[in-house]
Amino acid sequence: MRKGVLRPGHIQLRVLDLEASIEHYVELLGLHETDRDEQGRVYLKAWSEVDKFSLVLREADEPGMDFMAFKVVDDSTLDSLTADIEAFGLEVTHKEAGDLKDCGRRVQFTAPSGHVFELYAEKAYTGKWGVEETNPEAWPRALRGMKAVRFDHCLLYGDELAKTYDLFVDVLGFYLAEQVLDPDGNRIAQFLTLSMKAHDIAFIQHEEKAKFHHASFYLETWEDILRAADLISMTNTSLDIGPTRHGITHGKTIYFFDPSGNRNEVFAGGDYMYPDHNPITWKAEDLGKAIFYHDRVLNERFLTVLT
Amino acid sequence: MSDYTITEQHSQQSFTCHQDQFVLKAMESHGLRSIAVGCRGGGCGVCRVKVISGSYECGRMSKAQVSTEQQQQGYALACRLKPTSDLLIECSPSPLAINGITGVTKAKQKHTEVIK
Repeated sequence: MRKGVLRPGHIQLRVLDLEASIEHYVELLGLHETDRDEQGRVYLKAWSEVDKFSLVLREADEPGMDFMAFKVVDDSTLDSLTADIEAFGLEVTHKEAGDLKDCGRRVQFTAPSGHVFELYAEKAYTGKWGVEETNPEAWPRALRGMKAVRFDHCLLYGDELAKTYDLFVDVLGFYLAEQVLDPDGNRIAQFLTLSMKAHDIAFIQHEEKAKFHHASFYLETWEDILRAADLISMTNTSLDIGPTRHGITHGKTIYFFDPSGNRNEVFAGGDYMYPDHNPITWKAEDLGKAIFYHDRVLNERFLTVLT
Repeated sequence: MSDYTITEQHSQQSFTCHQDQFVLKAMESHGLRSIAVGCRGGGCGVCRVKVISGSYECGRMSKAQVSTEQQQQGYALACRLKPTSDLLIECSPSPLAINGITGVTKAKQKHTEVIK
């Protein structure tokens, strides 16, 4: 049931070398730097996004994800969801408006999986980059690199998937698009959505909490994925796997790493969902095909290389 | 430019590494697998090694995988390790990285092939 959570809003990533990371996200992925703050954080967005930023980079001693945020419909919904999260048994932390530049107040909480999430209602609306709102052209001509269309979703690794499911489905109003069940019927992967997208957030069971697997950015076509692969080679960027297709979501994909070892994905296509659709189930014993539809075997790196 | 010989103790494999080259990249370019390859960016810790002998420099590495104290003891991530002499190293993946065995891995080990 819908609870007023709209969509993924932003992610803050820790990086070891800020300048190398900016070059990666701007020149290779094609994001646009929109601002910096007094803490030295850098704000970026993909061209089709209407709000000011979707990716925040912070230089730190260890890479990984600080938090992922979802936008909610309005300020009163932020209040009611805060009460619901507290009633679920989680502590919330309030971040003042302006703590992230041009973003309204945020409510942070730690999911049972160990990951920090936040909700917010307001962010500066700067419009799509490089196109007008009236009679817009098809795309801006000055795009660079992979020309990422939008920040799309994250895959996170952690434990307590069942409690995390309850938080996201019962409290925040996500619904289950796809799942992986082990032979005993335990859910070891859950792909959750707020929308028609195959996933807005996904979790895979892992003994250690709060691990980051990847942040994914949307491209339009398979041809764009192949072009991204060319750019990964041209720049000697660390490749994980691809280009290939996923079984889960059926999206076309390539995985690679940013200069600090945070995994990125660009993907295209994929299934659509409506809330009345039954969830799709993959068997853990067929996980190779579920993750990599063509190779049909998992590579160890997909399961163990995390930040 | 100087070339150095890197020897990994467990596998007894040796390979050449240029002075300005990262050890992991040199290993990969020789088609060897004596050290596990992860993110190649100093983040994930799977290519952690202990340098038994030799001199070297390190690029920035995740402190979660190699703490300052561990770095002083000779631990390093091979993807950020540049030799300034011949090196004898030993694979020593970060406990964080090798504890990264997922529920998925356990299910998978029963049923599917794993590419090592």
